[in-house]
Amino acid sequence: MVAAVFGVIRAHNLFVVVMMGGIYSFLMATVMVALDAVDVAMTEAAVGAGMSTVLMLAVLGLVKTREAPLRHSPVIPLIVCLLTGGALIYGTIDLPPFGRADNPQNQHVAPYYLENAKKETGAPNVVTAVLASYRGYDTLGEVTVIFTGGIGVLVLLTAVRRRGEGDATMMRDTIILRVVVKLLLPVILLFALYVQFHGDYGPGGGFQAGVAAAAAIILYGMIFGVMAARAVVPQRVVHTLIPLGVLIFAGTGVAGLLLDANYLDYSPLGSSQKAGQHLGILIVEAGVFVTVASTMLAIFYAFGGRAEDALADDETDKPDDWRRE
Amino acid sequence: MIALHLPALQVVLPLLAAPLCALVRRGTVAWAITLIASWAAFAAAIGLLLRVLDEGIISYEMGGWAPPIGIEYRVDLINVFVLLVVSGVGAVIVPYARKSIAARFGSTEQAWFYTMYLLALTGLLGVTITGDAFNIFVFLEISSLASYVMIAMGRDRRCLTAAYQYLIMGTVGATFIVIGVGLLWAMTGTLNLYDLAQRIPEIQNTRPVLAALAFLTVGISLKLALFPLHLWLPNAYAFAPSVTSAFLAGTATKVAIYLFLRFFYTVFGGEGFFVTTPLPEILLLLSLVAMFAASIVAVFQSNVKRMLAYSSVAQIGFITLGISYATETGLTGAMTHIFNHAIMKAGLFLLIGNVLYQLGSVKIEDMAGIGRKMPITMAGFVALGLSLLGTPGTVGFISKWYLGLAAVEQGQWWLVALIVIASLVTMIYIGRVVEVAYFREPTAQVSQLREAPPALLVPAFVLVGAAFYFGVETSLSVGLAQQAASLLLNAAY
Repeated sequence: MVAAVFGVIRAHNLFVVVMMGGIYSFLMATVMVALDAVDVAMTEAAVGAGMSTVLMLAVLGLVKTREAPLRHSPVIPLIVCLLTGGALIYGTIDLPPFGRADNPQNQHVAPYYLENAKKETGAPNVVTAVLASYRGYDTLGEVTVIFTGGIGVLVLLTAVRRRGEGDATMMRDTIILRVVVKLLLPVILLFALYVQFHGDYGPGGGFQAGVAAAAAIILYGMIFGVMAARAVVPQRVVHTLIPLGVLIFAGTGVAGLLLDANYLDYSPLGSSQKAGQHLGILIVEAGVFVTVASTMLAIFYAFGGRAEDALADDETDKPDDWRRE
Repeated sequence: MIALHLPALQVVLPLLAAPLCALVRRGTVAWAITLIASWAAFAAAIGLLLRVLDEGIISYEMGGWAPPIGIEYRVDLINVFVLLVVSGVGAVIVPYARKSIAARFGSTEQAWFYTMYLLALTGLLGVTITGDAFNIFVFLEISSLASYVMIAMGRDRRCLTAAYQYLIMGTVGATFIVIGVGLLWAMTGTLNLYDLAQRIPEIQNTRPVLAALAFLTVGISLKLALFPLHLWLPNAYAFAPSVTSAFLAGTATKVAIYLFLRFFYTVFGGEGFFVTTPLPEILLLLSLVAMFAASIVAVFQSNVKRMLAYSSVAQIGFITLGISYATETGLTGAMTHIFNHAIMKAGLFLLIGNVLYQLGSVKIEDMAGIGRKMPITMAGFVALGLSLLGTPGTVGFISKWYLGLAAVEQGQWWLVALIVIASLVTMIYIGRVVEVAYFREPTAQVSQLREAPPALLVPAFVLVGAAFYFGVETSLSVGLAQQAASLLLNAAY
């Protein structure tokens, strides 16, 4: 990981930088596995190493791949970074040793989750129980963050384009890739569904599954062209699904309110607390899946669409529809 | 039932309305949804205030899980005061937004703008009301992301660089905050603010806790645009759409100031802790520099919106000055100024938005003689300007009175002198606009102007009215601020 970081700093070719970043994320995912945080590792691998690398590459398709020369002296930023890093190291010196059972973080709320998660929520995977129920409100917030980011990208990118529906693929004439992708697609989609529905029992859940499903379509789009991907999952549908996922999640909370419980309390949804919690977790995970997958796709369409425009007509500087005076 | 669930409804109503706006994708419908949701949020804040006055601290268990197992919403006088300011400003601006936004965007983009507006409101309310440290981070991210997008929707292309700069600085701030929260979690095993406040005093001087405090302080200071971490603010406010500038100037930095108070006083144990750190002195120094440097820079701006943005940095200096005293009167002044500055600056940005709407420019040299052609708008601008510099009978005077009083209490008369001098600099930059608007011959472009439509005037004048109403009737603003200040000093939570 240290080597990857220095690679990022030294390299001036942005393509190399993006790749190094992907390697770093992948190594980070393995560190997470070593720390027994399998759910986090899956997310890191899917989002950090996979999705963001792909999106970065899509951006590189639009801009130059060489780093611009520095205009400022890097000395002051370096000092600030060193000070910050120093403070961080200073702060970690007296931290309780890693992984000891009598550490504060293993003494307070964590034992409660471990003991009661299965009993109270019916989800054997404690991570899922904490994520979707005990701290479900944070997860609703996170889904909203993704929703905000997705709509934000749409505002900035699709508001700009409305014409030149040309078709271009990133890798057009590669038969081997085409065949392999066709073979892989159903497997990836099936795996996404497995991750989604097995999230209660093993590592996984809406975030990881949503990214995996979106990755399948994006892969298809990269090989067969964004237009082909849009034919499979139309842009209009994607734009509807982004807010819908948030509504599913937030609406589940309202159902709790209407059934005379607190917001996001799933217990009254079922005949017993356990059944209600279980059902609630299933529904909100579906909401997470819908928003995550559709946001990823929308961002890809938006970038891909711009790349196609750039190829379709060689006009580089387009006037914005809404920025015109 | 509604009263019982008010804490959740406060945030969830705008949160639900945001995806609805994105679903309908029609500007007018989205605006109607936003109008209803924002006024409902304001009503919820008023309802919460009444409940807190009646029964004291309200604890609401999200998902029905008792804290610290689950996430708690904890409402006391301190944050209900901020909720009131944020939702009030949020509600007043929406009627204004209709015409201002429809003039520039297509139907879908309008709906997206309102989605972002609601998300920013949701985030800020969520940060303010929650009693959970990680929840603060999550909702801060919602509001920040939405703000970046709202800034990037400006008319001037420079708004994109401004939004990008804010994105980088804001993300650094958020990262610092999450590092701080992470260190606190490692040391205490809890994320609940109340629970943290119980556990921190005994480990207060350990290195990780001190490092956590350092990271939280820098992260929050970035968000509240404390000098010299304010660099993102001037361009962001100057090039964003008028609605965005008015909303953010009235709310975003105020919520960050609330966070600062919450962490220093509630979580780290009241006055006793704050005065043992070197922070009061540092804060005093930075506040004074902000009050003078930013005001002086404001004098030399040719873009009036940018001038108002620098003025915001200076006014934040006044607020942090009040915090640096670490006394009840000082904190009262700071809290009162949160309330008062929100009214004044939101109003000023709306009024300058009227000029932009009619004239298409806010360059000071383009505004020659505009006072004759847009008399109502400019009268409002002058009225709020007078308030900003602290004329008696306006809210600006009330804030400065308490800030001065706090200095006198400590026998620091030189500070009173500095507050007065800083107000005089305010007079210079407001005076420049007045001089150009009233004492110069209208240019050819200005002489064809007409007054802004009532839809844009009425919301702005609600704020102008508030600036004078609360300048006389101070039982709500100062009264609540005073109680909140005493709660902060006693670390009651």
